[in-house]
Amino acid sequence: MDIKELIPQKIKENLQAINFEPSEYRDELTLYFDKKDIFEVCKFLKNDPDLEFLLCEDITAIDWARRKNRFTVVYHIFSLKNKFRLRLKADVDEEECSIDTVSDIWRTANWQEREVFDMYGISFNHHPDLRRMYMPEDFEYHPLRKDFPLMGIPGSLPLPKKEE
Amino acid sequence: MEKANKEDVNPQILEALLNAKTDFTVEDALENEMILNMGPQHPATHGVLRVLLRLDGETIIASVPELGYLHRGYEKMAENMSYHEFIPHTDRLDYLAPLSNNVAWVLAVEKLTGIEAPPRAQYIRMMVAELARVASHLVAIGALAMDVGALTVFLWTLREREKILDIWDIICGARFTNSYTRIGGVANDAQPEALAKVKWFIDQFEENLDEAERLINTNRIFIERLEGAGVISKEDAIDYGLTGPSLRGSGVEFDLRRATPYLFYNDIDFKIPVYTEGDSLARYFVRVDEARESIKIVRQVLDKMPEGETILNQPKKVLPHKTEIYSKMEELIHDFMIVNFGIHPPVGEVYSAIENPKGELGFYLVSKGEGRPWKCKIRSPSFINLQSLPHLIKGHMISDVVAIIGSLDPVMGEADK
Amino acid sequence: MGLESRLTSENFFTTKIDALIEWSRKNSVWPMPMGISCCAIEMMAVGDPKYDIARFGSEVMRFTPRQSDMMIVAGTVTYKMSYVVRKIYDQMPDPKWVIAMGACTSSGGMYRSYNVVQGIDQFLPVDVYLAGCPPRPDNLLNALIQIQEKIGRTKAKDFRDRPLPELQVIQNN
Repeated sequence: MDIKELIPQKIKENLQAINFEPSEYRDELTLYFDKKDIFEVCKFLKNDPDLEFLLCEDITAIDWARRKNRFTVVYHIFSLKNKFRLRLKADVDEEECSIDTVSDIWRTANWQEREVFDMYGISFNHHPDLRRMYMPEDFEYHPLRKDFPLMGIPGSLPLPKKEE
Repeated sequence: MEKANKEDVNPQILEALLNAKTDFTVEDALENEMILNMGPQHPATHGVLRVLLRLDGETIIASVPELGYLHRGYEKMAENMSYHEFIPHTDRLDYLAPLSNNVAWVLAVEKLTGIEAPPRAQYIRMMVAELARVASHLVAIGALAMDVGALTVFLWTLREREKILDIWDIICGARFTNSYTRIGGVANDAQPEALAKVKWFIDQFEENLDEAERLINTNRIFIERLEGAGVISKEDAIDYGLTGPSLRGSGVEFDLRRATPYLFYNDIDFKIPVYTEGDSLARYFVRVDEARESIKIVRQVLDKMPEGETILNQPKKVLPHKTEIYSKMEELIHDFMIVNFGIHPPVGEVYSAIENPKGELGFYLVSKGEGRPWKCKIRSPSFINLQSLPHLIKGHMISDVVAIIGSLDPVMGEADK
Repeated sequence: MGLESRLTSENFFTTKIDALIEWSRKNSVWPMPMGISCCAIEMMAVGDPKYDIARFGSEVMRFTPRQSDMMIVAGTVTYKMSYVVRKIYDQMPDPKWVIAMGACTSSGGMYRSYNVVQGIDQFLPVDVYLAGCPPRPDNLLNALIQIQEKIGRTKAKDFRDRPLPELQVIQNN
């Protein structure tokens, strides 16, 4: 059976309580979940012997700049056995800006989630080491949000003094 | 490198260093731990990478790398400029093989827009990307040898790299950071003298590489320094997200040119070198073998290259040719619209990845139908390869850290975006 | 310093010693490569057999500031890195010169964003600015020749009676 139909079918069989919506664009399969179900789904996808999504390629977030469900966290995972790439999405609201971490499942998610925290301000529950990644530690803003200007906020990053 | 007092280091990173998981215990009753700062400016850290080490004597117990010293804000800039304007910026991501990044970006935008470049342009892109792979591996081999102590190898590999830069000078117009590919093809055709020079280069490259290799391959100091340093097992390598030569040095046969083929790699015959030991020496051998396989690919591409045009003829999405802009009306209008407002791909998102010399370079683009991307994420291989650094150097001595970073081959322009 | 504080009057003897000091200083400028990003690769290319920098006297690229005359800042300087560059500049002994290599150090270059310093002359005194992205190795050799000419125009009394700079303690970030 085609892998694109196998995945939604397997998820429906094994995890009945979870709702999701599949969609397809340019030959890529995307599954839309609730943010509380992400941990279970990722665990199932990694441990299932047919699917075996062992490589977590990318974790990022999108800022839609709208009132409800402002952010969407996007995961790209790859299966070496079937040579297939899958995309998972989950919406995060601005009021409770947090989602479960998947760094217990794939160790590579550690730094990628730290980068999402640094750039967007979404915090991850039970993350072992949630610090900023690129900006200095005492920086107060989150640069990739749509309300942060491109040239930055003047005075937020000081320079050393000039002496001749 | 200087010894850092506990007050000089920032509190959060100090706490992360002291709490870092370590299953390595040292039988020493004196409890003399020292924090050493291998700072951003260091001759051997391949760029601006800061590593904080917690040492007992000279053995490393735990370590924390700190990035961000070259964070230039690429993703924010990409949301403010059109798809064409971003092409020179992608050159500076992995600045040792700039043409490879150009090819990756242009493939992602073409997939989003739904167009495909003509065959001759795709063959030229393949040839140029494989030459970029050879150039990047030459610097990696030279820098690794220089860090370990063999200075002559660095000068010899840079001499070979200068010949490749001369070839790019003729084809692309610039020696280095050449933004050669365009959406819908390549900027200009490969001239016959450039192709002749490529043929001359690949004929004399193999013996020069053999000559440089003969200096270090059987050298006892080189082998004893690299063997057993930074071992990572197969399952750990996949779990940490390693890709590229670092993954193939641990026994996993995974190459994006074979797994999800792009351009015309299906028609070319080449092998994927895989070594199973998982230490620095295996990663070094993978790179040397890959350079030889790339030369084989370039030879086949030169034989198979078809004639034809090098840029697609679709005026709403592709920049028209300069001679037509100056003489015809519709092309002038299309050029104006594309340069000022950008091409307008349909609403949607796409993730497209290629095999960079360092690993898997992917671009995730979200488009809302405007001329600029709504979101662009760069999945850079060096950033994710560096995450395994604390795991690799645990238990080794400081002088091994230099060899292990050299064998992972990170490029900070890519890791810091 | 030492000899120069004694060369106060201008007679035949002191001008000959001046000329000797300037000749030796300008023909052995030891650079300290502050290689940060892409321009560092072109700086490495200046050292390779095709564009040799050793024939100009800059044989050793010392990576330690204590033994070098000139700092070549090659690559984009961000706000986080500016403290490190300033600290290394303060550790170099006098007399020292600075080359700002490339567009990113001269004025921020093609990066007009929140984390890039728009020109390193906001916190460092610069002697020669180089254009290019990255500048060709021939261009860097041209800048080196200009620095050598600038050194040739100085006299010993320019470096006398200079107050020692106060090294401020700069915290690591």
